[in-house]
Amino acid sequence: MKHFKILFSVFLMVITLSSCNSNKSEKINDELAVYQCPMMCEGDKTYEEAGSCPICKMDLQSIEIQEEKVIDENGISDESIFNLTSKWNTEEGKEIQLEDLKGKTLVMVMIYTTCKAACPRLVADMRNIEAKIPDSSLDDLRFVLVSIDPINDTPERLKAFAIENFMDGEQWTFLQGTESSVREFANVLAVKYKQISPLDFSHSNIISVFNTEGELMHQQEGLGVDNKETIETILQLTQ
Amino acid sequence: MKTVLRLTICLLIFSMNTANCQSKMVTIKGGTYIPLYGRDSMQVTITDFQMDVYPITNAQYLEFVKKYPKWKRSQVKKLFADDNYLINWKSDTSLGDNQSLNAPITNVSWFAANDYCECQGKRLPTVDEWEYVAMANETMPDARTLETFNEYILGWYEKPKTFNNDIGSTFKNYWNVYDLHGLVWEWTSDFNSVLISGESRKDVDKDSNLFCGSAAVGATDLMNYAAFMRYAIRGSLKAKYSMKNLGFRCVQDINK
Repeated sequence: MKHFKILFSVFLMVITLSSCNSNKSEKINDELAVYQCPMMCEGDKTYEEAGSCPICKMDLQSIEIQEEKVIDENGISDESIFNLTSKWNTEEGKEIQLEDLKGKTLVMVMIYTTCKAACPRLVADMRNIEAKIPDSSLDDLRFVLVSIDPINDTPERLKAFAIENFMDGEQWTFLQGTESSVREFANVLAVKYKQISPLDFSHSNIISVFNTEGELMHQQEGLGVDNKETIETILQLTQ
Repeated sequence: MKTVLRLTICLLIFSMNTANCQSKMVTIKGGTYIPLYGRDSMQVTITDFQMDVYPITNAQYLEFVKKYPKWKRSQVKKLFADDNYLINWKSDTSLGDNQSLNAPITNVSWFAANDYCECQGKRLPTVDEWEYVAMANETMPDARTLETFNEYILGWYEKPKTFNNDIGSTFKNYWNVYDLHGLVWEWTSDFNSVLISGESRKDVDKDSNLFCGSAAVGATDLMNYAAFMRYAIRGSLKAKYSMKNLGFRCVQDINK
């Protein structure tokens, strides 16, 4: 019995001590590194070990081997917005993930419906883009308006906004997220926004175009700017 | 009787140790203050919350990476971190030679920092929360008017490589929080709410074409140069950037 007690305490101590142990040395997987002279004295010649360049004596720098595009088991590439797994509500009250939009070229913008200043113009910019796309391409396109005000912009409100602004067609999608998912999404788009009063936000005016794989292809910054490049990008993507 | 005693001692040690795994937090009493960039009414109200006493360390982040392999350097998605992510580590699970386990983790992106805090049941502090705690010196909750305080912060901005120092090597402030100034810059949850572009070609206080309604939010204290620098850094960051002097700490809401 006594042995058992001692054993038990020792066991507990071991657990205790190991619970926080983070500096156990582990085997280092040697990654493949390739070194090259920063001045390219020997052209494209590379070395397998660090050292100095035999010609200019500068320290060799490790270079990264240009990898092929990494695609995971779900067929989503490394830079795709479909890596975001948050859930969103559409204006039709359906719950989706961004991945559900896969397969269409996406034109995305962040707005909020109580906005008086820039959003109506941003929305107009979106409609102007739509107007310049031939009908044959519209099928492969989805215009997505993401609300930066998930508290007030409920699916019903977004639906009303869509009807009001003649954006209720198949090709338009409105999304309501949560405060954290919207923040994360904005960070992927490099959109900035800040709530300045309960119904008002400051925000960047950026329209982003994504290819069918969810990779960012083009961003148009500013209001009422020339949308030629944006449209060219979209046309290329929907051909 | 003896068994019970032994058991209690063991359990005590055990619980102390697990408490160490989760980083120590202190309660920050909320209040109202005027940040450099506030809302329309200038004032911002902070509710009570808990904040990590120290920034997250290399050791803690190493644990995290082992537990969540998707944040290993070799496996992280490009969408979520740029090429500088953990760039000074020797491998996926070992630090660089001159990196101390107790130094703050840096070279992490916002996505990584955000996920780290979420995995601990916490979150990143907002800009307003962070600035609220960071305006305290050793003795006062708001030391922003003290010239010596501002000089101290600006003095740090000039010091090189403070990110190699161990946590706790700077002063303990009024709230018992360490290292807000003097070690590393820190991520905040809504760093992207700073509406200055940070780009020199168009760096005016308000870019009214790019930002809607920005005229409503101007700076409140043009003398607070140290804060300007912090906001400028935040304004120039993108969420996937990993910088060698940018770390983070977590906060937690208090459930009532």
